[in-house]
Amino acid sequence: MELTSPQVGTSTQSTMEGSGFAASQQAGGQSAPRQTVGDPFVANPRMTARDVAVYYGEKCAIRGISIDVGCNEVLAMIGPSGCGKSTFLRCLNRMNDTVPGCRVTGEIRLDEEDIYAPSVDVVPLRARVGMVFQKPNPFPKSIFDNVAYGPKIHGLIRDKADLEEVVETSLSKAGLWEEVKDRLHEPGTGLSGGQQQRLCIARAIAVSPEVILMDEPCSALDPIATAKIEELIAELRTQYSIVIVTHAMQQASRVSQRTAYFHLGDLIEVGPTERIFTNPRHRLTEDYITGRFG
Amino acid sequence: MTTHYTFHHELIKLNKKVLKMSAMAEDRVRKAADVIRTRDQELIQWLIVSDYEVDEMEMEVEEECLKILALHQPVASDLRFIIMVIKVNSEIERIADIAVNIAMRVQGIANSKWTVPSPYDYTEMADKVIAMLKMSLDALVNRDVKAARQVFLLDDEIDAMRTEAYHRVKDMIRRHPEHPGQLINSYLIGRHLERIGDRATNIAEEVIYLVEGEIVRCP
Repeated sequence: MELTSPQVGTSTQSTMEGSGFAASQQAGGQSAPRQTVGDPFVANPRMTARDVAVYYGEKCAIRGISIDVGCNEVLAMIGPSGCGKSTFLRCLNRMNDTVPGCRVTGEIRLDEEDIYAPSVDVVPLRARVGMVFQKPNPFPKSIFDNVAYGPKIHGLIRDKADLEEVVETSLSKAGLWEEVKDRLHEPGTGLSGGQQQRLCIARAIAVSPEVILMDEPCSALDPIATAKIEELIAELRTQYSIVIVTHAMQQASRVSQRTAYFHLGDLIEVGPTERIFTNPRHRLTEDYITGRFG
Repeated sequence: MTTHYTFHHELIKLNKKVLKMSAMAEDRVRKAADVIRTRDQELIQWLIVSDYEVDEMEMEVEEECLKILALHQPVASDLRFIIMVIKVNSEIERIADIAVNIAMRVQGIANSKWTVPSPYDYTEMADKVIAMLKMSLDALVNRDVKAARQVFLLDDEIDAMRTEAYHRVKDMIRRHPEHPGQLINSYLIGRHLERIGDRATNIAEEVIYLVEGEIVRCP
């Protein structure tokens, strides 16, 4: 037998779609968006995005994105830097409205309601679709006030007892109550990074969202704090829909039920996480998750 | 695409090791087929005493796989490659063991004082088994699903030959019941060859898993 060593990995994918990295370099320009491999839609979606494109001035950041966010699921969005995953995430609660020169086309619905309709007020929208950022960003207020702030401004509470209950429930759901219950009036900024991030999650939960968006929520945390957040995500899924952008692919594989792979502004592939990480169908997905570029 | 990472070098190194081990096992099966015909004592001894080489290689490959899993957490085709190697590794080691078993059966027959012509001529069967093993290992080298599926077809022919050998040996035992040992050894050679065919089939199944991501079993 001949002792040659064929290229391990991508060369084996005779049935795979896509034509590799060289071809991918040409995308993102004026050519048509690439068709998404896999089924991006679910039976009972919480949110739906159809043919969404985002332009920063003249530059097209993402185009032709159609995908559903299911109820009680964690949808992970992965892809190399600049692929548009965070841009798309920010469309889901209209955070892109705050970016000068940013234009969003297409349609995004939450519970069948068009969130870009002129009648929609973004303030309650952002309560329904909460967000947790990469770097924990507690308000320069007490732990209690960090969580109480949202319910107060959204008028979700009747009295002080009600507020205290919301704060306790939210901190409990965020797995932080036991650690902070004796120092609720100390500044939120005095907590550790992992605790601050859970405080931000508690803050998002306090306004009873339907969807929680997470933009690399663990990238500033150590492995133990990361594990706590990941466990928390698994628990939160029972009540909320979660969309998480992550650079840590192992995290995507651990926490999500579905994974979406973005590349140069296109949604390349969507599928059950288990399949994406064992047998992706698009060459670009395969190359990215196996570390052959990115 | 060029790969620059330690991980990908590890995969290429592992692939080379598996191919080297496959070549060793194939060589041993060829030698075992030779000794069925020649009863070459020197070659029989070599087969028996050198088996440790394949065993050591198997352990090395397994250790490499565990190391890669622990350190790199491969996914997608890299994960399937490691899983395939873990499974094919033990198949190859067993194939080399079976070559030793054949050598021992031949030795048993050669040591027997009673000489009788072999009830079944294993030449054709051995040739077919070698061809089948070669086809499955080539499919492995070339990631060739079509060739892997061809292996499945050959397995039926090998099984039929084993059954034929069984009937011949049974008949011979009836006629010479005073020498069961030698005749049982003769049947076992057929059984061993057939098992090599089965393991070649298992390797072919793993090739399909690697390439297509589908777990298949030969019907």
